[in-house]
Amino acid sequence: MQASSNPGLSVNITATTGAAKENAASLPMRMKISKLNFFYGSKQILFDINMGIADKRVTALIGPSGCGKSTLLRILNRMHETVASSRLEGEVLLDQQNILTQDVTRLRRRVGMVFQRPNPFPKSIFDNVAYGPKINGFTGPIAEVVEKSLRNAALWEEVKDLLHKSAYELSGGQQQRLCIARALAVEPEVLLLDEPCSALDPISTAKIEELLVELKNLTTLAIVTHNMQQAARVSDFTAFVLTGQMIEFNPTPQLFTTPSDPRTEAYITGRFG
Amino acid sequence: MSGRLRWRKFVSNFMLTLTGVCAFVSVAVLFFILGYLLFNGGTSVNWAFFTQLPKPVGEVGGGMANAIVGSAKLLLAASLFGVPVGFFGGIYLAEFSGTAVASVVRYAADLLNGVPSIVIGIFAYALVVLPFKHFSTLAGAFALGLMMIPITLRSTEEFLGAVPRMLREGAMALGASKWKTIKTVIVPAAYRGILTAILLALARVAGETAPLLFTAFGNRFWSQGWGQPTASLPVMIFTYAVAPYEDWHRQAWAAGLVLLGLILIINILARTILSRGIAVPRG
Repeated sequence: MQASSNPGLSVNITATTGAAKENAASLPMRMKISKLNFFYGSKQILFDINMGIADKRVTALIGPSGCGKSTLLRILNRMHETVASSRLEGEVLLDQQNILTQDVTRLRRRVGMVFQRPNPFPKSIFDNVAYGPKINGFTGPIAEVVEKSLRNAALWEEVKDLLHKSAYELSGGQQQRLCIARALAVEPEVLLLDEPCSALDPISTAKIEELLVELKNLTTLAIVTHNMQQAARVSDFTAFVLTGQMIEFNPTPQLFTTPSDPRTEAYITGRFG
Repeated sequence: MSGRLRWRKFVSNFMLTLTGVCAFVSVAVLFFILGYLLFNGGTSVNWAFFTQLPKPVGEVGGGMANAIVGSAKLLLAASLFGVPVGFFGGIYLAEFSGTAVASVVRYAADLLNGVPSIVIGIFAYALVVLPFKHFSTLAGAFALGLMMIPITLRSTEEFLGAVPRMLREGAMALGASKWKTIKTVIVPAAYRGILTAILLALARVAGETAPLLFTAFGNRFWSQGWGQPTASLPVMIFTYAVAPYEDWHRQAWAAGLVLLGLILIINILARTILSRGIAVPRG
């Protein structure tokens, strides 16, 4: 069964495996995507996508390279608009409100993003974290926000004595956690992560994965990954995307143990991709 | 060793020597000029040179204080005019204009950069000197400022364009508007390169003579103000070098030395700026 055949709340309500006892339908949805079609120029990238991002959960998007999963993620905070000649049909809701008609800077404050490669600004560690609150007019005690965000990103202990050093003096994994701290500093309702570990070594990756599970208490997470094991480890729901189509969207344990679509099974067992 | 291998070794050594010699020649020219200036003008660079006005023909001594101050005033006013125009134009080009507009402006800027400086001088003469009916510091600064625009514009554009896209996205994903992203991330990431380019543009126009000949003109005394003609080092060198007096020739050499020293200082300043602060890693 394809998720696209299930309009409305598109999480299939067949969570049967032990780990996925929670009834997906009863979860509040932070974001909802309906009948989403997306084009670059005349080329269609996404076809009729329907899915929800459950509140305070991790939702993973998996699929082979070029399947459109990153594009789908970038639509959620309208980063796709930085590329000219893109066109979008359908509806994306954040807390029941259409994100496409909102002020884009306000939306991006509410829906933060962490990128594939760590991209700290050429500023000090402190200034990197303080950047978001500052540009958004924060006038309170900024040092507290910085410390809290770094703690939430599990980086505080490592950098508390280096706050005024260049962010580039950190290792790649630390830089990526700094970027997570920077995103957390504006207290986003949803945090999007676009293959956040693809440029990192296994130890740094493990740290970030650990962190993601922690962050569920703070915010709602959506992660794109080409690493299926990673999706299995960190996410509560997984969507499998193939050539721009949502093949299957299910609770993670179910998708990985009893996939409902033969293409999902073929992909997770490594027959392609 | 076969003949073929020997031939290859010969060609290799020959080319290596050739490239080395060329590299040496390009450096040697600078040191030769510097040495020659020191030899001929070194003795005339003294305290009086920096503090006194030129003496009338026949009197020994005197200095070029008015020309040094004049050059400084010209460069200051030229930067105040040329740098903002080039800088903001560069921002527009790199961040806001479409590719079609950008390529037209870029091409025009490159052409402007190639316009002979004497033509820039005539242009400033027609535009500023003729309507006001006299030569002035501002007219000279206008001509020099015009020459600074294309360099500043092109380098601003290039350094902004070289800022990795992921930095822009990082700022925008935090809710920064496009203008805020440029102001708080893009320009700070590129400012060292831009500042270096501005200083190099300044160094380049500092030695220009032709555009000043019929704009700032020249002055044997202190300039009476921005609206009045002023002496400048390059024009002073020109006048003194072609004059038939031995003493003036020495003064011209000294002025050349001071001018080159000034340009060297600007260059060193530019390098120092480049090596300070947090650099954006490549790639």
